[in-house]
Amino acid sequence: MQELGKAEHSSVRVTPKGDNRVIIEKDISSEEMILNMGPQHPSTHGVLRLECKTDGEVVIEAEPYLGYLHRCFEKHAEMVDYPGVVPFVDRMDYLASMNSDFAFCIAVEKLLDVEIPRRVEFIRVIVSEFNRIASHLVAIGTYAIDLGAFTPFLFCFRDREHILNLLEWTSGARMLYNYILIGGVAYDFPEGFKERALEFVKYFRPKALELQKLLTENEIFVKRTKGIGMMPADVAINYGWSGPMLRGSGVEWDLRKEDAYSIYPELDFKVCVPDGRFSDIGDCLSRHLVRAMEMEESLNIIEQSLEMMPEEDGFDPRAAIPKRIRPKAGEVYGRAENPRGELGFYIQSDGKSTSPLRCKARSSCFVNLSAMKELSLGQLIPDLVSIIGSIDIVLGEVDR
Amino acid sequence: MGDTQENIPQSGEVIAAKAVWQVINEKFGDAVSELDENPFMPFFEVLKREQWRDIALFMRDNPKLRFTYMACLSGVDYPEERKLGIVCNLESLGELGHRIAVKVKCDREGGIIPSVAKVWKTADWHEREAYDMYGMEFSGHPDLRRILCPEDWEGYPLRKDYQVQETYHGIKVPE
Repeated sequence: MQELGKAEHSSVRVTPKGDNRVIIEKDISSEEMILNMGPQHPSTHGVLRLECKTDGEVVIEAEPYLGYLHRCFEKHAEMVDYPGVVPFVDRMDYLASMNSDFAFCIAVEKLLDVEIPRRVEFIRVIVSEFNRIASHLVAIGTYAIDLGAFTPFLFCFRDREHILNLLEWTSGARMLYNYILIGGVAYDFPEGFKERALEFVKYFRPKALELQKLLTENEIFVKRTKGIGMMPADVAINYGWSGPMLRGSGVEWDLRKEDAYSIYPELDFKVCVPDGRFSDIGDCLSRHLVRAMEMEESLNIIEQSLEMMPEEDGFDPRAAIPKRIRPKAGEVYGRAENPRGELGFYIQSDGKSTSPLRCKARSSCFVNLSAMKELSLGQLIPDLVSIIGSIDIVLGEVDR
Repeated sequence: MGDTQENIPQSGEVIAAKAVWQVINEKFGDAVSELDENPFMPFFEVLKREQWRDIALFMRDNPKLRFTYMACLSGVDYPEERKLGIVCNLESLGELGHRIAVKVKCDREGGIIPSVAKVWKTADWHEREAYDMYGMEFSGHPDLRRILCPEDWEGYPLRKDYQVQETYHGIKVPE
């Protein structure tokens, strides 16, 4: 890659050679060409445009252009009151709305003096772990379809539907829940939820394994991802990566452990990092493996939380919600581990009004995507698809 | 802010931030303000903003500080002070584990803040976003363009006195 950097302005050509590596031949005359990928390209998972400078099949530079889905969430947030922000947060990362709500509520609750009931904490953790699995299923399914494998996609969406049914049963909505509220949740679990949730866990464990076998042991899939889009750990940290992206580079960092928010410190789960047996640490396959392993950890978390959750008859999950949410003056940065990494909210309150003075969302995929230029340097055009897929962007959150 | 948060006992985060601030204060003296012991987000302000990049580099590379990770950079508007500013949430990821926030302010019209995109690469897009939304310049930024709004958008949407343009390329802009 460095060699290519030097040769940026002279002509280069690469030929594939074993193990997905390429060798670079210099000074072969060819022409630089601008190639636009997107905004309407299936592999960009939404509306993202990549302007690629290519030399033959090699990408010299890929510059992402975003903002096609920009709604200025932050301006909206300044205009509505705190509970009114939650539905907007839902629509940022629409594949993991529960987790996004959770992050926002954590941030606001730091400024409020509310005691969250213990059962509510469990409800929150269970629904957001379910949502994490659903989100990873979309990530893995669409990644497979990007690389030409159709079957895993169908499997993923079949299983995801079960989760969405469960969450719909709980919250009333299929994807945009508005369920986790500041100080509580909207409704208690319906009767019989625990049994159905456990049933799903039992059903899904072998399915997750099957999915693993379908992809991770598939030679074509491995060839397309192993050794592609390498990112060393220190550079990943410098780029502000978080979540599965950072763990894919071998950094053991999970906010559920580091920040120990909610009831996570009481639960027994491990932080998933690739061990280098199947993948080169820091490549696309590592990031995929982290997501696959995390689904199993989420199942463990759900099982434990269902077991530990205190049962209360006639429990009112809205009891701790303040009548009028007016946080004290101050500023706070609250964050939570989302399926895509660290979702943080910087909130400023003046102590007088019921709407935030400033509400900045630190979007995880916005930050993860910012390394695209460096990741794409010297890669082949088809590998670009593999790299974007492994970043797992949701444009609703990138553009906000 | 001080009066609302006086009675809260100091958390470990604030104590760690205090130690960090002392190291920075020793080196840069009055270029940095006193530490504000906000229990959730201890922060200090860079008073001499031309030194911000040196401070950033010092914070990243000093073995006692090692702020390797920039979690967030938010632009902020202070209309009463007639200033714009940024708030950076920094963290020593996986090494020392402490956290601190840094504020830098500049004038509302034509204000310039030194860019730290070369210190933390993640600041590149964050600064572009702050420029897009608030309009402060970042000197030394490799590629300062709008990022979320279109190139030819007028005004800076997140400023408190922002007036939305009536039409954009002949299309009416909803209020």
